[in-house]
Amino acid sequence: MGVKKAIRFSVPALFLSLAWAFRVDAQVKNPYAGDLKVSKQGESQFRSNCAFCHGLGARGGGRGPDLTRARKRHGNSDEEIFRNIHDGIPGTAMPPATAGGIGVGMTDDEIWQVVTYIRSVEKKPNAASGNAARGKDLFYGKAACGTCHIVNGKGGRLGPELTTMATSRSEEYFVDSLRNPSKRLAKGIWETMKDFPQEYETANVTAADGAKYQGVVLNEDAFTVQVLDTREVLHAWEKSSLKSYEKTRQSLMPAYDEKMLPEKDVQDLLAFLAASAGGGR
Amino acid sequence: MKIPAAVLGLVALSFIFQTNAQVTAERLLNAGKEPQNWLMYSGNYSGLRYSTLDQVNTGNAASLVPKWAYQTMAGGKFETTPLVVEGILYATGADDRAFALDARSGRPIWQYQRALPADIRPCCGRVNRGVAVLGDKLFMGTLDAHVIALDTKTGAVVWDITAADYSKGYSFTLAPLVVRNLVLVGVSGGEYGIRGFIDAYDAATGERKWRFYTIPAAGEPGSETWAGESWKTGGSPAWITGTFDRATNTTFWTTGNPAPSNRGIGREGDNLYSDSLLALDPDTGKLKWHFQFTPHDEHDYDATQVPVLIDEDDKHWIAQANRNGFFYLIDRTTGKLLSATQYAKVTWSNSRDSTGRPVGSKEGEPTLEGNAVCPGAFGATNWMSPSYDPQTRLFYVTAREQCDIFSTAPQEFEAGHAFYGSAYFPNDATQPFWGALRALDPATGKLAWEWKHGSPSWSGALSTAGRIVFTGDAEGNFIALDAKTGKALWHFQCGASVFAGPMTYAVDGKQYIAVTAGSTLFAFALP
Repeated sequence: MGVKKAIRFSVPALFLSLAWAFRVDAQVKNPYAGDLKVSKQGESQFRSNCAFCHGLGARGGGRGPDLTRARKRHGNSDEEIFRNIHDGIPGTAMPPATAGGIGVGMTDDEIWQVVTYIRSVEKKPNAASGNAARGKDLFYGKAACGTCHIVNGKGGRLGPELTTMATSRSEEYFVDSLRNPSKRLAKGIWETMKDFPQEYETANVTAADGAKYQGVVLNEDAFTVQVLDTREVLHAWEKSSLKSYEKTRQSLMPAYDEKMLPEKDVQDLLAFLAASAGGGR
Repeated sequence: MKIPAAVLGLVALSFIFQTNAQVTAERLLNAGKEPQNWLMYSGNYSGLRYSTLDQVNTGNAASLVPKWAYQTMAGGKFETTPLVVEGILYATGADDRAFALDARSGRPIWQYQRALPADIRPCCGRVNRGVAVLGDKLFMGTLDAHVIALDTKTGAVVWDITAADYSKGYSFTLAPLVVRNLVLVGVSGGEYGIRGFIDAYDAATGERKWRFYTIPAAGEPGSETWAGESWKTGGSPAWITGTFDRATNTTFWTTGNPAPSNRGIGREGDNLYSDSLLALDPDTGKLKWHFQFTPHDEHDYDATQVPVLIDEDDKHWIAQANRNGFFYLIDRTTGKLLSATQYAKVTWSNSRDSTGRPVGSKEGEPTLEGNAVCPGAFGATNWMSPSYDPQTRLFYVTAREQCDIFSTAPQEFEAGHAFYGSAYFPNDATQPFWGALRALDPATGKLAWEWKHGSPSWSGALSTAGRIVFTGDAEGNFIALDAKTGKALWHFQCGASVFAGPMTYAVDGKQYIAVTAGSTLFAFALP
């Protein structure tokens, strides 16, 4: 049964992907590039199919990156964007635009409309004013970002990884997160089929033996909680065994005001993150 | 000692297969009297999702253990409610598969996999919620808009009829309802600008006996509630199983959103019979009366929640906790609204009409730039079944506390293509989103207790004479609660979100509780 099924499913899949490869060769340019009317149609498609993850105006949501950034992690060309929508992006939450995949599904023509729309909302990157090398020193030194955030494998685990920051969130979003970290908590673990992920909330816990812990909630359900404390020690508790358990949306991250982190430093950090993000062309 | 036990087992097994008495229309009418079986989607015609089995009860629920698990290995949501007839369990899975299992061991007896066209148009997952049974046949609606009958013994297709054109956005996801010799189904496709309908097919032959269009045609009563030609693409699907009242010979069905779902411009008017409760004559499909929950809906507030028939003393009600955040109590005979009480956060409505029915406000309308409204588009609840327990006289419903931003996106209709006219997305300013299983007194709509979920859940509820209500959560827990107090008695971590309503049955004197999570069907029992 299992073998039969595998053959039945894989043969058409192979055929389709071959057929697709030829089509991509045949048409790699957006037939509607720059067409404002088509861009409007694409906006409708985008709202219906993409905005749930990528946000209104393509400015990014919980799950989806900000697509107004000119540089995209999984490719900047029309062909690559089309393919990413059509086939999905393996290893990410991005599904293929076939029926039941993205929203209510899109035809090839509708995908090109969306590509046209995305192009129309892209912002030119700010002239690079920061110094990436100095930004790196700040990140792991004076600003102590690296205590809690990983970039390309190096850093702490208490906060979200920032390797792809420059291709997934706008600079405004980044600055806002620095200045007001509790305003919008970052998303943590996504679980299959769960609508909303865990967020980087703060836990204050008194264990059965009276020991007190503070940390971030890695995950939680009605009966258990998994916490990484401020020393990066993992705790997995049955809630019923705890003396007290309190969860707050007050981030463990300090709010970096202008005094702690002047504008110039922010620009240097942005330059460091941009240099670290990779992707795109 | 071992040998006699084995022999006894064989005897019992052969006994079961020999007396696989056919499910008659009469047995369906009295489904509550054979609680060892689960003969229809909601357990009985009243839609109570309540069982008189009490072997598992508040005193021993803490020792429940998983007895078996059956994995479909299908991706996507697993929304089925199994049926059980004399020890055989019948259920469906994603991508229109169906299967029969030994209800004691979970071992398969037969499997059916529909060969679906590549270009079907399921709006919201390749799901199926189950089968109906009559005689030696099971009935199933398919994603390519067919209604089929399968042989209960083999899973072979007995008849297969085309109900509608799937390429235009029509599909079936619900479990059919059998009333006497008719198989009743309602269509899905409200996101494609279909014209919704409820159909009845002859169980023996598959011949269509009647069709009730959930949108009146031009000139018919109610057509004045649609501007211009908008009725032709007005949606109003009927994608959740109805209920049946023998006393008045009425079948009750509920309908979904008008299309486009989040943009009312172009379809000015109340848009009957979208988001409505329909009282139909099961023999003719003739409409007796209707009640519309959300007139001129612009927030995708499908009324596709099982309409529950409640009898308390001399009162005969229909209760529905609606996706729009209100709990409605309706007189079953007249269709008159008795009360509408908020059971979750609501901002779309701030006033009532002369009958006491909540109506939408100008401030709640979706806008181009986006307007924050509660409940969100997934609703204060959704299709997951509620339960009513005649012992506690409480109505249990999964409530979702999530608000969305609704924006419009003007769009031309094109057959077979998505027709939202809009978009919605989570309103992060109202985080954290959460949920609860809420126990309501139907007479007053007042909250008796709630069990909080860490995030909005998609699980249905089951209540039993063991004074337990079962539910699940998005974090993967399947939970037994004290039906009177809401205190947790037991839980099991299934490893994926519970996306269906639980059910219960008994074989060889042992009570089981079954529920799906991820792509797995679990059965629990006492050790």
